[in-house]
Amino acid sequence: MRVLSEGDILFIIMAVRWTLLLSIVAFIGGGIGGLIVALARTSEFKWLRWLALSYIKVFQGTPLLMQLFLAFFVPGIFGIDVDPWGAAAVGLSLHASAFLGEIWRGSIEVVPRGQSEAAYSLGLTYVPRMFLIIIPQAIRIAIPPTIGFLVQLIKGTSLASIIGFVEITRAAQIINNATFRPFTIFALVALVYFLICWPLSAYSKVMERKLTVASR
Amino acid sequence: MAMPQAATAPGPDSPGSELGDVIIEMKKVNKWYGTFHVLHDVDLQVRRGERIVICGPSGSGKSTLIRCLNQLEEHQQGEIVVDGVTLNAHMPRIDVVRREIGMVFQSFNLFPHLTALENCMLAPMKVRGLSREEAERIARTYLERVHIPEQAGKFPVQLSGGQQQRVAIARSLCMNPKIMLFDEATSALDPEMVNEVLDVMVSLAESGMTMLVVTHEMGFARRVADRVIFMDAGEIVESAPPSQFFANPQNERTRQFLGQILSGNRTPAPA
Repeated sequence: MRVLSEGDILFIIMAVRWTLLLSIVAFIGGGIGGLIVALARTSEFKWLRWLALSYIKVFQGTPLLMQLFLAFFVPGIFGIDVDPWGAAAVGLSLHASAFLGEIWRGSIEVVPRGQSEAAYSLGLTYVPRMFLIIIPQAIRIAIPPTIGFLVQLIKGTSLASIIGFVEITRAAQIINNATFRPFTIFALVALVYFLICWPLSAYSKVMERKLTVASR
Repeated sequence: MAMPQAATAPGPDSPGSELGDVIIEMKKVNKWYGTFHVLHDVDLQVRRGERIVICGPSGSGKSTLIRCLNQLEEHQQGEIVVDGVTLNAHMPRIDVVRREIGMVFQSFNLFPHLTALENCMLAPMKVRGLSREEAERIARTYLERVHIPEQAGKFPVQLSGGQQQRVAIARSLCMNPKIMLFDEATSALDPEMVNEVLDVMVSLAESGMTMLVVTHEMGFARRVADRVIFMDAGEIVESAPPSQFFANPQNERTRQFLGQILSGNRTPAPA
């Protein structure tokens, strides 16, 4: 065992960039996937709705940790080599797709039916109706719960430590194994997560209040 | 509700003298909501330029009838032909039919995130493929025609109900439709705003537009309609020119309905 040094602390704090990078990649991946899932869930084709619903049920009904394990180990069975970074990015993106898809489906469905009817009666087809009429209105409704989920996602990246991806939690474990100062180290890590997530939660609350006032 | 001024003025004697070929044909159209029979063997022929007012008690199927014409509602039996195209559920290019049919809704349904002008420009640009400049020129022309050019830059929430509905009418007209459908366009308006919308509808009728108007404004029917249709329980019970429809209704149900609606708080018929 050795003493906890400034270098160790710096090592942990620097690892936060991997936490942030993984969060951003998963959020972008999940954003693209979530849009596809949301559009499929609100589709007029029954089989597409069913497919998207099954996807959501699977990812909402299993632990994120299992999803990460599968993303890490399953490609190996087919001879595809994935590093922990790739597995974590893919696993978290698929996870976020399901949750964002469900959040955004709700937001799309809250837009009054009359908006679609007006768009239809003007002869607008699916793409302009969805992207110029419905989604711009759904976004306002979707912002607070989306940021709420982003907070969950950032905290969820800590699970990537278990498949060996060195983000802040994994960095803390490594240092703790060498210095055995768990209280100092993990309190520091918790503080870093809090400093990232708390402003987002606060922003989400502000947006929510703004929307409630606007809709009165 | 106050009787609109526009509607009490005497109308032209025979507005239907210059009608064209058949533009809408409904034959034995039936529709059910579950087990509820909303449209019952509806037969209807509309000529180009014809102005038809459809009235009847709530739940009689009048809104459903006009919503079938642009397939916002699907019919289950019978044939609907609009401008030579036979409509059916899941036709791949129903949008091509819809772009020629304007529709005005009871609840306006303006796009709240777009200004009045943008509401009017969207479809001409995205559906007709017009340039921004051309679409704006057309939009401003029609906003002028509904008497609100000065509101072009405002968002729907900043407009009164009557103004919103006039923007909605302008938005439909910007597509230069062959047919205009009005689904209780004045029912959600405060009494003092009914007139401004009816005035626009009257001048549209006088311009020769083919119109199907679901309304309880009997003054409007008397003034501009070529034909008034009375529906009850999903059936067309009576269909006659307004002079005959109001003076001498043939069916007992029509007489009852007219009795209720005209003896209510509405001004009686002008002599």
